Amino acid sequence: MSELSINPGIEIRDSERELQRFRGRLALTGIFVLLLFGLLFLRFAYLQVVQHRHYSTLAEANRISVLPIAPHRGVILDRNGVLLAHNYSAYTLEITPSRAGNLEQTIDELATIVEITPRDRRRFRKLLEESKRFESLPIRTRLSDEEIARFAVHRYRFPGVEAKARLFRQYPQGEIFSHVVGHIGRINQREIEQLEKSGRLANYRGSDYIGKTGLEQSYEAALHGTTGVEEVEVDSGGRAVRVLSRTPPVSGNNLVLNLDAKLQEVAYQAFGDRRGALVAIDPRNGGVLALVSKPGFDPNLFVDGIDPQSWNELNGSPDKPLLNRAAAGTYPPGSTFKPFMALAALFYGKRSPQQVISDPGYFMFGGHRFRDGRPVPLGAVDMHRSIVVSSDVYYYTLANELGIDPIARFMEKFGFGSRTGIDIAGESAGVLPSTEWKLRRFKQKWYAGETISVGIGQGYNSYTPLQLASATATIANDGVMYRPHIVDYVEDIRSGEKTPVEPKPLRDLALKPEHLKVVKDAMVGVNKEGTSARVFADAPYVAAGKTGTAQVIAIKQGEKYVESRVAERHRDHAWFIVYAPADNPTIALAVIAENSGFGARAAAPVARQVLDYHLLGKLPAKPAEAD
Amino acid sequence: MPFVLRRLLVLLTRHIDGVLLSAILLLMFTGLLTLFSAANGSFGRLSDQLINMMVALGVMWAFANIPPHYLMRMAVPLFLTGCALLVGVALFGEIVNGARRWLNIGITRIQPSELMKIALPLMLAWYFNRNEASLKLRNYVIAAVMLAVPAALIMRQPDLGTALLISASGGYLIFLAGLPWRIIIALAAAAAAGMPLLWSLMHDYQRQRVLTLLDPGSDPLGAGYHTIQSTIAVGSGGVLGKGWMNGTQTHLDFIPERTTDFIFAVYAEEFGLLGNAALLGLYLFLIGRAMVITANAPTLFARLLAGSITLTFFTYAFVNMGMVSGILPVVGVPLPLVSYGGTSLVSICLGFGILMSINTHKKLVQT
Repeated sequence: MSELSINPGIEIRDSERELQRFRGRLALTGIFVLLLFGLLFLRFAYLQVVQHRHYSTLAEANRISVLPIAPHRGVILDRNGVLLAHNYSAYTLEITPSRAGNLEQTIDELATIVEITPRDRRRFRKLLEESKRFESLPIRTRLSDEEIARFAVHRYRFPGVEAKARLFRQYPQGEIFSHVVGHIGRINQREIEQLEKSGRLANYRGSDYIGKTGLEQSYEAALHGTTGVEEVEVDSGGRAVRVLSRTPPVSGNNLVLNLDAKLQEVAYQAFGDRRGALVAIDPRNGGVLALVSKPGFDPNLFVDGIDPQSWNELNGSPDKPLLNRAAAGTYPPGSTFKPFMALAALFYGKRSPQQVISDPGYFMFGGHRFRDGRPVPLGAVDMHRSIVVSSDVYYYTLANELGIDPIARFMEKFGFGSRTGIDIAGESAGVLPSTEWKLRRFKQKWYAGETISVGIGQGYNSYTPLQLASATATIANDGVMYRPHIVDYVEDIRSGEKTPVEPKPLRDLALKPEHLKVVKDAMVGVNKEGTSARVFADAPYVAAGKTGTAQVIAIKQGEKYVESRVAERHRDHAWFIVYAPADNPTIALAVIAENSGFGARAAAPVARQVLDYHLLGKLPAKPAEAD
Repeated sequence: MPFVLRRLLVLLTRHIDGVLLSAILLLMFTGLLTLFSAANGSFGRLSDQLINMMVALGVMWAFANIPPHYLMRMAVPLFLTGCALLVGVALFGEIVNGARRWLNIGITRIQPSELMKIALPLMLAWYFNRNEASLKLRNYVIAAVMLAVPAALIMRQPDLGTALLISASGGYLIFLAGLPWRIIIALAAAAAAGMPLLWSLMHDYQRQRVLTLLDPGSDPLGAGYHTIQSTIAVGSGGVLGKGWMNGTQTHLDFIPERTTDFIFAVYAEEFGLLGNAALLGLYLFLIGRAMVITANAPTLFARLLAGSITLTFFTYAFVNMGMVSGILPVVGVPLPLVSYGGTSLVSICLGFGILMSINTHKKLVQT
């Protein structure tokens, strides 16, 4: 009985105790649940209250991206509105190396869809070496609509490859203006540092290009414009979803030049296949009408990075197409120096115009025989004749009498030996020899014998065609010298406001009118009855000029210069300086034709064609032939 | 109301627990709301998920109507089938995304680990119930082995998340079955000591997840990206949230997996701390109700099964929200009843169906 009564009792107690124990454990798990949910709540509170500001900032940074909008670069126009540099819209195919995976394979596959030349590949490889992995680099430029359509179809196969609509810079006049207008190119590291230093880097966000040479470089600030800003909302893939705010870019200003494109072309073509340079200046204000350096090069090659092969061709060519001969090439001025020497003689009162010098065909100094190349000695020569027929002996003796330092002091005023300050970079200063210069340059004293050949523009003398043109313009303008400038005015295309590049009179040389008259008359005589008379025989205008010959190699004592015996590149350079019309000059120019011998034969005909076009509007039928 | 209709209604709702159902429906509604925003206002996923919900509620209703002792009979065959299938997966399974989780049984592919989620608690509950009268240490050891075999097989697939969740469901059950405290303490000590061993057994990507949790910034574009972006979403939500459909992280595609495992980031960004508190409250309410059902369950089998289901549900919610807010590693665990996806929805509703069955069949058992 007891067992019967106890057993169920125990069983009930047991299961009751089991249930209590279970409920106890369940309560513990309930506490566990509350604790962990409490922990979660604390975590949420920490993130959403304490750290809310921090995470909001991060979310905004995720969300908002500030995109620069590159401005349109200003165009460059000649004085008559002819386009020399402009922009056009086209597509490029660009690869971002960091996102593209195997580059070679990507390019090979792209080549099955759009044409990719070996030149494109070489250029891309070169860009790749110069750039960072995450920059987007063009593999092909100027794609046709059809190519773009084909790429769009296969787009999904090419991660990291994008077709971008972009503005391209183009130089429609090509090599004719290569040294004046210059070109733009991709911004390099050095330029980034420079921009940073001058505080202009922010304005170049979104710009891939910067002016590298010529006007593109020197007027970079005016041409570039102001970069706009677009605040966009982006998704995690960096794609813009919508625009939040927009500050439009301000287009760059246009440049309108003093340069006459047609004149420039006439001058460039007039050289034929000779190398050389020509600078034409309006003497009344220093405006540069033409600035030619031949051969030129196609500046369009440089815009998207030149491929190594084309670069080597240009850079290694003996013709030096990359050298701007007009502003950076220096040559002895030869006999074109004589009118300036004559002015120096008058200025110092060393010689009167009427004073006659005997020219026996040579000048002996210190046992050295300074020759005059012509077969028959000139005999008695006054100042006028010395210029018209280009007597050497007259100027040997004059130089000797003046002495090197007075010569240098006088020539300095014409700008010889110093940069003209023209508005493109890369100008050479040339060499205006003096005792001080020689001491500085060679740490040697000046020998009196060295002065003799300076008198006829040889010796240490070395000037740029630009300096000679500027000096000629100064004579033409009666001694008032202007800084040569290519740009006439900068035009704000929005307001139409024109900011002229003011003609800046550098100095008034205060030359006496009667002195000037002697030299100017003599220069008219050169074209009438002198060394270049034949070239200007039928000219309906009066031009005042001077021929010159710059020696490339020294001729030994007792030897005669025979052109046919000298290697082509060692032949003399032909010079010609001229201004016209003589009584009221509107153009002054200097021409050098390299290795072309006597100045009147090669350089003067080039000048004639340029003057004919400028003064008469006459287009030449063919390149100027050597007289 | 006509008699037939009233009778039908009673028949339909007899085994449904109104309190549980209303909490479940509220959570599902929250899920749909968030999903709509996460899917950028498209109805495609929304209608898919609605169908999933219907199916899941149907399964719940069906299981609510199955008396617990039927389930008890299914325990052993289900468990053995599950184990056999897991071995099958290990031997012949198909590899998807680097893990061998699927088994092709001719008609369709199945993921046996899903089956194990319900089969293991059933089996353990059945086992403890059978030995209720004389529970000895030996029984706990055998239970632990029954837990360890499928857990190890799933971990080898590898599927760390599911393995841990299944272990947790079994662990809760063994704890509720009265595992002695001295063993618990000893196990805790052993676990602490065994950490390095566990580390050495982990796959590289699993280690990476743990390391990334400790310092998400170490790999901001790789493994840490999920955590960083979801943490930003939660934090930038603030107290009030950015408003429904206004989450920038969500709508600009910064939150990965935002309709499934990371849907809580969307919710927290748009509804803020207040919304999070409400959601936690809703979960607590549901868990609380389930615990009351558990506490009042008539048999040990029912109690243990209900407790395991309840606590596993809690674990899903905790692990998911902990992962999204950056205090737990990224494991593939959905937010229960909220995340998009049919499988998890069905298995969770199935569990609640069992809870309802336990709650509504006890009178029959007692009488």
